[in-house]
Amino acid sequence: MDKKNQYYTARRQTLISNVIFDIIIYLVLAFVVVATVYPFWNTIAISFNDGLDSLTGGIKLLPRKWTLQNYTNLFQTPRIFQAGIISVTRTVLQTVLSVFCTCILAYALSRKEFVLRKPLTTILVISMYVNAGLIPGYMLIKNLHLLGKYSVYIIPCLVDIFNFILVRTYINGLPDSFVESARIDGANEFRIFLQIIMPLIVPSVAMVSLFTAVGAWNSWFDTYLYCSNKPKLHSLQYVLMSFLQASQNQSSNANDAGAMALAANSGASTSMVTPISIRSSITVVATLPILVVYPFVQKYFVVGMTIGGVKE
Amino acid sequence: MKSKKAAVSADMKAAELANKKSKWKLLGKQKVLILMSVPFVLYIILFRYIPLWGWTMAFQDYKPYKTFSQQDWVGMKWFIQLFKEKEFLLSLRNTVGMSLISTALGYITAILIAIFLNEVRYIGVKRFVQTVSYLPHFLSWVIVTGLVANVLVGDKTGILNGILLKLRLVKEPVQWLAIQKYFWHIIGWTYVWKEVGWNTIVYLGAMTAIDPCLYEAAQIDGCGRLRKIWHITLPGIKPTIIIMMIMSAGHILDANFEMPYLLQNGMIQDVAETIDIYVLKYGFKLSRYGLATAAGIFKNVVNILLLVIANGIAKKSGEERLI
Repeated sequence: MDKKNQYYTARRQTLISNVIFDIIIYLVLAFVVVATVYPFWNTIAISFNDGLDSLTGGIKLLPRKWTLQNYTNLFQTPRIFQAGIISVTRTVLQTVLSVFCTCILAYALSRKEFVLRKPLTTILVISMYVNAGLIPGYMLIKNLHLLGKYSVYIIPCLVDIFNFILVRTYINGLPDSFVESARIDGANEFRIFLQIIMPLIVPSVAMVSLFTAVGAWNSWFDTYLYCSNKPKLHSLQYVLMSFLQASQNQSSNANDAGAMALAANSGASTSMVTPISIRSSITVVATLPILVVYPFVQKYFVVGMTIGGVKE
Repeated sequence: MKSKKAAVSADMKAAELANKKSKWKLLGKQKVLILMSVPFVLYIILFRYIPLWGWTMAFQDYKPYKTFSQQDWVGMKWFIQLFKEKEFLLSLRNTVGMSLISTALGYITAILIAIFLNEVRYIGVKRFVQTVSYLPHFLSWVIVTGLVANVLVGDKTGILNGILLKLRLVKEPVQWLAIQKYFWHIIGWTYVWKEVGWNTIVYLGAMTAIDPCLYEAAQIDGCGRLRKIWHITLPGIKPTIIIMMIMSAGHILDANFEMPYLLQNGMIQDVAETIDIYVLKYGFKLSRYGLATAAGIFKNVVNILLLVIANGIAKKSGEERLI
């Protein structure tokens, strides 16, 4: 009887500690979710709120004075519209070209019978650790006459070594018989790549495309370095960055200057446009594409990361 | 016995010779593969290796209007000057400080969250938390900085100030972005906010590779959940943790250029300037190419050295290693 009691108390204790442990876990995870989502949500709420009203603060989950004015202003500003076009086109072009080139290279260097496989792969992998630095890189772009040209967004990033390793590892995981049988049927290497390999490596291509597209969409530093004196080539992130900097380097004057310039550009009534509303609406616009694409690509994360694990 | 060995080795030599000959023959047959790879490798050489030539600028009194042979060579002048300059030493300190804080916070939080996620028994909850927490990884630092600036607004309209005031933890709103001692922590915690979810992926992956039998055995031996985590989960992901540490050793001096650059202002410049910002400032705004290139070389060489050293230590202590 005594033994049985002991057993039950021990069991109750583990049960209680389990429950406490669960509570802690769920509280921490809930905190993570709230802390991740809230800053966004708040920004979205502000972007739909009347600009002047936002200045008084206190907007949390919902806008106080609903308006679409912030967005209509944004899209009527030629500078931002142009920047949007630059961002979209460069993202699409860079993703398509870079992923295609990287896959071709990955296929060629995944063939075990290829004589140059080892030396070429070594050159590529070492280049990941070699970084000439900012100024030598700038000099190269200058000497190639890419400064201030649209092609500076595309040409320097045609092959990404990290992506190359991801795709190559994925191809290496496929059975050789696919390639062999195609070869017996008389297909040449390029055709094997296009018609046999490409359809088989879709998961890794999706992963690599996502990385490339996000990188291209998010980049502003190349604009800053190479195209800052060409307003026509400014990307959306760069414009957002310049607004942010204006409001960071405080003195509300700079703030107002940015807002006034924008308002004057858009030809809308000045009273509606405030720095905080511009900032939040551009932030939402710049985040939106990622939010839209994200759920579709998410299922490939696991694939991509396990490949990454193999590589590491 | 001996003659057999000799015969075998002679055979092997012949085979090797034949191999070499046939390699050239093979290469002739692999034209398409060559066409598919060599141009891209040349491209990488152009964009990654050729710029190394620019390192010569660090040893010259570089003037853009002169040709290479006309430049004056100054030896190690710029490197010596770097270490005499207070601004560079400050930026070196800031870089190391920010890196260490971000890396340490990043590790601890990612491992902790990964362990917690691993303990969640409802797949739906786990998926949801993962989906949400991966998301910030895909945002640009520009956007993240904007969100942070929004959270940290210095008056009572700021989100963080609002919460702290309501909880009566502070009496007056804090000017977060104007006080030097907070800056590195802001950088560190923002890094955590952006990357913690993404960083858990690697550890969660490692955890799935742990043999479930171990947990069952521990259960029978009467281990609680905490002891299971301590004695099974953590040792199970130890190799992954070490590899991640080696990899980050090579980035100590990289210290996330974008956020300090975007958040810096006059009041906190002394703690916000990193080596990358220093290079940008001296190389582009002040056109002192030699000095800036020297700073860049210093950074890259130290990074590679740290990577090699960390790798060596891991190798010696019998742990996993990268290279």
